[in-house]
Amino acid sequence: MAVKKFMFVNRKAPFGTIYALESLEVVLIAATFDQDVSLVFLDDGVYEIVKGQNPKGLGIKNHSPTYRALDGYDVEKLYVERESMEARGLTEADLLVPVEVLSSAEMADLMAEQDVVLSF
Amino acid sequence: MKFGLLVSEGPYTHQASDTAYQFAVAVIAKGHEVQRVFFYHDGVYNATRLTEPPQDDRHVVNRWAALKAEHDVDLVVCVAAALRRGIKDEVLAPGFRISGLGQLVDSGIKADRFVTFGD
Repeated sequence: MAVKKFMFVNRKAPFGTIYALESLEVVLIAATFDQDVSLVFLDDGVYEIVKGQNPKGLGIKNHSPTYRALDGYDVEKLYVERESMEARGLTEADLLVPVEVLSSAEMADLMAEQDVVLSF
Repeated sequence: MKFGLLVSEGPYTHQASDTAYQFAVAVIAKGHEVQRVFFYHDGVYNATRLTEPPQDDRHVVNRWAALKAEHDVDLVVCVAAALRRGIKDEVLAPGFRISGLGQLVDSGIKADRFVTFGD
C-alpha cells in the first residue's frame, strides 16, 4: 500500500466541541494504516495538549492522556505553531507531550509537503 | 482525477454540506470522479431520511442520495460518530452506508485530492 503524508490540523479547544476528541479517533485509525502521520496544534488547538486538564466538572471524559500514548502508535510528529502558543501565554513546559515548535511560515512549508491535510 | 471529500458539519446550520455537494457536482461535470464522500462529526446528520425541510428549500439529504443514484458516489457515514448521534440503519436515507473511520483514511490514500468541508 502506498504511504502518504497525513497531517491532522487541530484548531479547537479540547472541550466545548467534540472536534478534538473525534480528531484523535481518526489519528488512531490512521496510525493503523501505516501512513506517515503528523499532528499540528494551532489556534485554540494548542490547549488540547496543555498539562493538567480536568474536565470532571463538565461530566466529560478527559481524553488528553491519549496524546501521551500516541508514540505507542508510532505517531511521533507533533508540531505546535509558535504564534498560537505565545498568544495564549503558553510555553513548551506547559505541554504534556514533546513537540516541535514551528513558526507560522515554517508550518506553511510543512503543510505544503503533505499529501492529505485534515483540519478539525 | 479522483477526489475524496470529508463533510464535517450537519445540514442547514452550516453551509459545509451545500458547498461539498456543489463541489462534487462540479468535479463530476469536469469529467473527474468523486471516489467517496465521508460524513463525520455532525456531518452524519446529512444521512437521516427523517429530514423534512420546507417545500421551497433544497433537500440536502435527498440531493446526496441522488448523486449516489446518478453517479454511484460512495456515501459513507462514520459509525462511531453516527451512533453517538442516533443515526442508525433504521433512519438511514437511501444511498448512504455506515462504516468505520478506516474508510476515511482509505479515501485519503486512494484519492488524488482530498478536500475537507467543515466550519
